[in-house]
Amino acid sequence: MLIDSLRMAWRSLAANTARALLTMLGIIIGVAAVIALVSVGQAATQSVTAKVENLGSNMIVVVPNQAQGVTLHVADGNWLLATVPQISAVAPLLEGGVMSRYGTKTWSTTLLGTTPPSEQIQGRSMSAGRYLVGSDVQLRRQVAVLGATTEQNLFGGLNPIGRTIQVDGMPLIVVGVMNQSGGAGITSNPDDEIVTPVTVAEQILHTNNVAAFMTEARSSDLAPLAVGHLQAVMSRRFRSSTAAEVVSEDQVLKTLASLTGTLTVMLGGIAGISLLVGGIGIMNIMLVTVSERTREIGLRKAIGAKRSAVALQFLIESGILSLGGGAVGGALGYAGALTFTSALHWPSGTSLSTVLLALVFSVAVGVVFGMWPALRASRLDPIEALRQG
Amino acid sequence: MAAVIRVEALERVYRIGPVSVPALRGLDFAVPAGQMVAIMGPSGSGKSTLLNLLGCLDRPTAGRYFLAGDDVAHKSSDELAEVRNRRIGFVFQNYNLLPQLTAFENVELPLVYGRVGRAERHRRADEALAAVGLADRRRHHPMELSGGQQQRVGIARAIVGRPDVILADEPTGNLDSVSGNDVLQLFHALHEGGSTIVIVTHDEEVARHCQRIIRLHDGQLVRDDEAPARNLTATGEEAEPC
Ligand SMILES: Nc1ncnc2c1ncn2[C@@H]1O[C@H](COP(=O)(O)OP(=O)(O)OP(=O)(O)O)[C@@H](O)[C@H]1O
Ligand SMILES: [Mg+2]
Repeated sequence: MLIDSLRMAWRSLAANTARALLTMLGIIIGVAAVIALVSVGQAATQSVTAKVENLGSNMIVVVPNQAQGVTLHVADGNWLLATVPQISAVAPLLEGGVMSRYGTKTWSTTLLGTTPPSEQIQGRSMSAGRYLVGSDVQLRRQVAVLGATTEQNLFGGLNPIGRTIQVDGMPLIVVGVMNQSGGAGITSNPDDEIVTPVTVAEQILHTNNVAAFMTEARSSDLAPLAVGHLQAVMSRRFRSSTAAEVVSEDQVLKTLASLTGTLTVMLGGIAGISLLVGGIGIMNIMLVTVSERTREIGLRKAIGAKRSAVALQFLIESGILSLGGGAVGGALGYAGALTFTSALHWPSGTSLSTVLLALVFSVAVGVVFGMWPALRASRLDPIEALRQG
Repeated sequence: MAAVIRVEALERVYRIGPVSVPALRGLDFAVPAGQMVAIMGPSGSGKSTLLNLLGCLDRPTAGRYFLAGDDVAHKSSDELAEVRNRRIGFVFQNYNLLPQLTAFENVELPLVYGRVGRAERHRRADEALAAVGLADRRRHHPMELSGGQQQRVGIARAIVGRPDVILADEPTGNLDSVSGNDVLQLFHALHEGGSTIVIVTHDEEVARHCQRIIRLHDGQLVRDDEAPARNLTATGEEAEPC
């Protein structure tokens, strides 16, 4: 019986291919949108989560509120280390935009003046040469450590170690190149920066006001306590609760991750609405179909079709429409998401479960929205139905 | 012979809002197995209403209807569907074939709903198509057949389930006289083979082929002639009564 119903439903759909395809289009778009948007959202979440995991650091950043006249200097790092027991390391940060030059190549980038502990606090690693050492800072050695992107743009494959670059006119000798950060770091793009001793940066940037202190909590359990304590000492010293902004990077990224998670749900919801609209399209066409085929229904009943048989036939028709649309839309959405995420070098966010879910959902849409027309068809009175047309 | 159809005080009143239209007002008659009956009467006399009742498409508002001894007046709609499927073969004035199906598939359809196995279904559908002389048109769609051929497919569909009774409402009404004659010959052959047949018709010519003519007027049975049917000969002359 089911096979016969399938065959009959198929025949009826084949009798009006153009309409069947147009009806499917709504579901195709809906399912493609759900899969593409959810996949991209999941990829974004995964990429942020990966950063959080890569990071694994307990970095807490203290940003003095310079607008309120709160200024910190390099020496205040020792004060922080001495007064806040939950932190184990501290490094100052002087930051500014600079123009760097090697030979004829110029590159505008960010200069970071700091001290050796920042390597460990930020979780940086070297691909060539060395990071800053204590004597660099004490002796004001004019040395530079480059981010991977900066190195590429200035040297483009040449071995940079030992060569001299100009940073806002000051010559610096390149002593090291850092690995890709994998998300760690304090600047907006940690792979495009030049790290130099804080004492040298003071000269280049013409300031000795520290933009921020990077500190490291002794453990991730202690991080929230450290944040509170840092906030408290700054407030007490400058007599203002807004003297400094204290944030743990872990916290920032976790917030970001939950934000992208929320975004995924929202995108999925919006796409789900389009799937719903597709379902309404199916219902609409099935209602039209039922009223167009009233006579056919009457005939089928006259020769012995029970209600269930008539309902089943129309349910299968809408099921085929939505399953077909789901399959095509699933393939399109998958391809679209893959193109997008691979272009961004994100992990592919499309999971089999997303595709299966969309398929199941689309069939459910077909069955749910096909239900009413099918029931309507099955309830038709055979004589009334036969009289029509 | 046992009556295939027996109706007692059969009534059907249509209600349209507050208005009652009595279409049948107390019919009593029986049709024994193997009889070929014509139902005649002026337009609006209740012929189609009666045929719908006999075909279990509709329920009487009063009275009783026994089909092969079985009281069908109080069955549920799904039970009636089963009765229609197993006991009744319908032939319609406008054929009512499904355009998306082939002749063969149209004929097969009642057996699909009757849950007859595939092999058996195919055998019987082929047999029915052969019986109406359309074995070579089994793959044709209705649009590719003449009116007469379509009606023969309709008859094949009516007989494929081996029903107790074949009901036809103006089966030749849409046909020219030649195809109409073919269809009549077919009914004759079925009658000869022992089928019980009830035909609603306006056409005295059609009625003359039947053993019995029931005449309705205003929802009542006004004449019931057990007229012996006359066989058609090739020349259309009247032959010996049977
Ligand atoms: N569905 C209906 N609702 C209301 N009244 C109806 C309905 N069907 C038939 N009637 C009425 O019942 C009466 C009998 O109708 P019926 O169709 O049985 O006549 P008929 O003998 O088949 O006529 P014809 O030869 O024109 O086909 C008519 O008065 C008709 O108006
Ligand atoms: Mg009529």
